[in-house]
Amino acid sequence: MKMKLIVPLALAAVFAVPVHAASSDELDMKAREMMKDSFKETGIAKKHRMLQLDFQEACSQAKLPPTAVMKQIEAEQMKTIKWPSDGKYYGDWKEGEKIAISGRGLTWRDKADAENGGGCYNCHQLSHNEISYGTIGPSLLEYGKLRGNSDEMVKYTWGKLWNAKAYNACSNMPRNGDAEILTEQQIKHLMAYLFDPESPVNKR
Amino acid sequence: MRNALKLVAVAVAAVVVAGTATAQSTADDIAKYREMIADGNPAELYEMQGEELWRTLRGPKKATLEKCDLGMGPGVVKGASARMPRYFKDTGMVQDLESRLLTCMETLQGIDPKLVIDGKFNSGERKTMDALVAYVVTHSKGDAIKVDMSNPKMKELYALGERAFYYRAGPMDFSCATCHGEDDKRIRLQDLPNLTTHKGAAAGWGSWPAYRVSNSQFWTMQHRLNDCFRQQRTAEPIYASEVTIALSVYMAAKANGGEVMTPGLKR
Repeated sequence: MKMKLIVPLALAAVFAVPVHAASSDELDMKAREMMKDSFKETGIAKKHRMLQLDFQEACSQAKLPPTAVMKQIEAEQMKTIKWPSDGKYYGDWKEGEKIAISGRGLTWRDKADAENGGGCYNCHQLSHNEISYGTIGPSLLEYGKLRGNSDEMVKYTWGKLWNAKAYNACSNMPRNGDAEILTEQQIKHLMAYLFDPESPVNKR
Repeated sequence: MRNALKLVAVAVAAVVVAGTATAQSTADDIAKYREMIADGNPAELYEMQGEELWRTLRGPKKATLEKCDLGMGPGVVKGASARMPRYFKDTGMVQDLESRLLTCMETLQGIDPKLVIDGKFNSGERKTMDALVAYVVTHSKGDAIKVDMSNPKMKELYALGERAFYYRAGPMDFSCATCHGEDDKRIRLQDLPNLTTHKGAAAGWGSWPAYRVSNSQFWTMQHRLNDCFRQQRTAEPIYASEVTIALSVYMAAKANGGEVMTPGLKR
């Protein structure tokens, strides 16, 4: 008689154990595994793209990291900036416009040797003439005209184009130079597009 | 019927493309287009195909999908997709509509899920999937999004989906949040829903799967997510993999209570 009672109770006890809710750390670990296991290599988009750089990980939350962490990231990223090898900051604004308009490159459908675009118009207003622009980034209309071309402004702009994270650790903007999205020459063309008085960014 | 629909689609696609004078006018044109075809979203063609496929003997087992249980009981399609993703006892997994359809195709018809998982969009069994999805989601149109979050696995996937949403990686350092984390943002002229809010999630989750005017294709949610990751420059998400389910749970839970507008109609 007793046994009959005890067995079902013991079973009930086993089933009553609540499903263990994962802690935040455990979920972080599971998420990391998921971001590895749920993806495959296609074309030029290799699996290692799913591994995070330190700053990418620090910037992967709804909240920004603490100021001290941001400052440290910015200092690290600042070291990656390569200044123009020949000391010249400007290329051809007409070429710059093409680069600003093109959002192509680096997807798994693109070829390894294809020339990437800057995708600038995806997020920024730039020229007086181009009305199809995004709003994720600030408007850069009349960039040079409004800001002038002091050494400081020119260097800041070059640095920002090369690695935006040097100025804002968790910026939405890609590290065009540092991540080898654009070449030095392409960045020169973009510089001309932003600063040249004849560029439609500045000239109405 | 088919030709008439196609003509309307082509004609108005031209209007939409030509009318990009401003963001506002594009939005207006799409609104106009939606009005024009209110009685005939081209997704209807996929839906009709899907309905036929649902009742067609297919696969090694030569069976139909009429006994497929989408969570409302065998064969019940009405209201099913409004309640997905959901936890299924028989598989012990949280499944979205597409992964659940894979289970039905495998168990009832003997069709290997790999044909879809390793397939290409717009061809083969993935094309079959498009039609089946269009059929099922049409039968939740107008319902409220009603995802049951009480199961612990749903809660865990929500937490994982949130982490995936903010996960920055790849050569451009993008995450889902880069484009879908703030109100009133655009890429070029394309409005972006803020998927971290109920309003934005309801607008986004509630209107996919959808027919896309710009390429005359019907896109499932798996297809939509795949193309988001392509543009993020990550590696390619595996069809129906955990990250796709986790993100779906995250969006659907945020969207809970919103209106199902599927199949949607997009640029």
